[in-house]
Amino acid sequence: MSGKNTDMRTPLARVRGLGSAREGTGHFWRQRLTAIANIPLILFFVGFLIALNGADHEHVRAALANPFVALVMALVLISGLTHMRIGMQVIIEDYVHGEGMKLALIALNTFFTIAVGVASIFALLKLAFGG
Amino acid sequence: MVELTLPKNSQIKPGKTWPKPEGATNLREYRIYRWSPDDDENPRIDTYFVDMDDCGPMVLDALLWIKNKIDPTLTLRRSCREGICGSCAMNIDGSNTLACTKGCDDISGAVKVYPLPHMQVVKDLVPDLTNFYAQHASIQPWLKTVSPEPAKEWLQSHEDREKLDGLYECILCACCSTSCPSYWWNGDRYLGPATLLQAYRWLIDSRDEATGERLDNLEDPFRLYRCHTIMNCAQTCPKGLNPAKAIAEIKKMMVERRV
Repeated sequence: MSGKNTDMRTPLARVRGLGSAREGTGHFWRQRLTAIANIPLILFFVGFLIALNGADHEHVRAALANPFVALVMALVLISGLTHMRIGMQVIIEDYVHGEGMKLALIALNTFFTIAVGVASIFALLKLAFGG
Repeated sequence: MVELTLPKNSQIKPGKTWPKPEGATNLREYRIYRWSPDDDENPRIDTYFVDMDDCGPMVLDALLWIKNKIDPTLTLRRSCREGICGSCAMNIDGSNTLACTKGCDDISGAVKVYPLPHMQVVKDLVPDLTNFYAQHASIQPWLKTVSPEPAKEWLQSHEDREKLDGLYECILCACCSTSCPSYWWNGDRYLGPATLLQAYRWLIDSRDEATGERLDNLEDPFRLYRCHTIMNCAQTCPKGLNPAKAIAEIKKMMVERRV
């Protein structure tokens, strides 16, 4: 826990380090907001899956063409993926300590979320608008 | 850093079993972590037998009995022997507590005693608390004011004084911080429950005029937001305090000043 033998900084200098980042509250608050939003959104999503279990493509397409359903589905994606990304970021910061590896994983986490989000929104729009 | 296995030089080897005291009828077994910086040996667990008829009721009494009557090399910190100095914090029967206020009768089977978890060990049951104390110093635990000093004293209402109850009692024994997995993995950057409880003690003090500055210095993904409300801190605190709640209150203040 204490620094290497070559580190001759005082203990206080090590604790102060580069100072406070003056952020983290936005992240914390967003995680709570998306968590609350996810309760009704995921319930709706699960209900939608159960209601359309076994239905054919045309039937699903027609359901998603309903503007209310399409909009709520878009919210499911945005809120769910945001929550997933910031949650995963916390896990990476907790457990990965090599600076290079940490940066790479946080970047990958963002890219992965955006890729999944863009593909899902595209699929949703395609179905909603008559794919 | 996450460490799920101990490094080679920290792996615990079986140690010595010391002879039972002669003529004793009320024996209690103690298994105690031993490590010395003076040789190249790994840590070991030594087994001692204490004559409880000749010894006080607390774990600290038994440790001192061992030190006085069996093995004077056993090393530990202690001072007040009544739960107010915080010196004898150690891991007893699997949880962090003060040896002086933990009764031997509250433990079933052999009493296992280790130093506070995931800290550098100085010797035997003595952990290196340098980083812990520096973290406490970093939150500037004193009254900060800019207004001219009053002639007599800084006034505080009874209601505002009551807000410090459950906070001022902290004795900085480090039981909570060293029970916290977030502190184990990120103790170099996360301030830990003890320091954050102390920080809240000054944030909520009605006489202090540096609340905003104090919040600025805590607002950091690592210093504050590594707390994931695991609650080990509240569970283990030998003074019955709730550092997790104090940290939640700090987070509430952070949100409050921006929404």
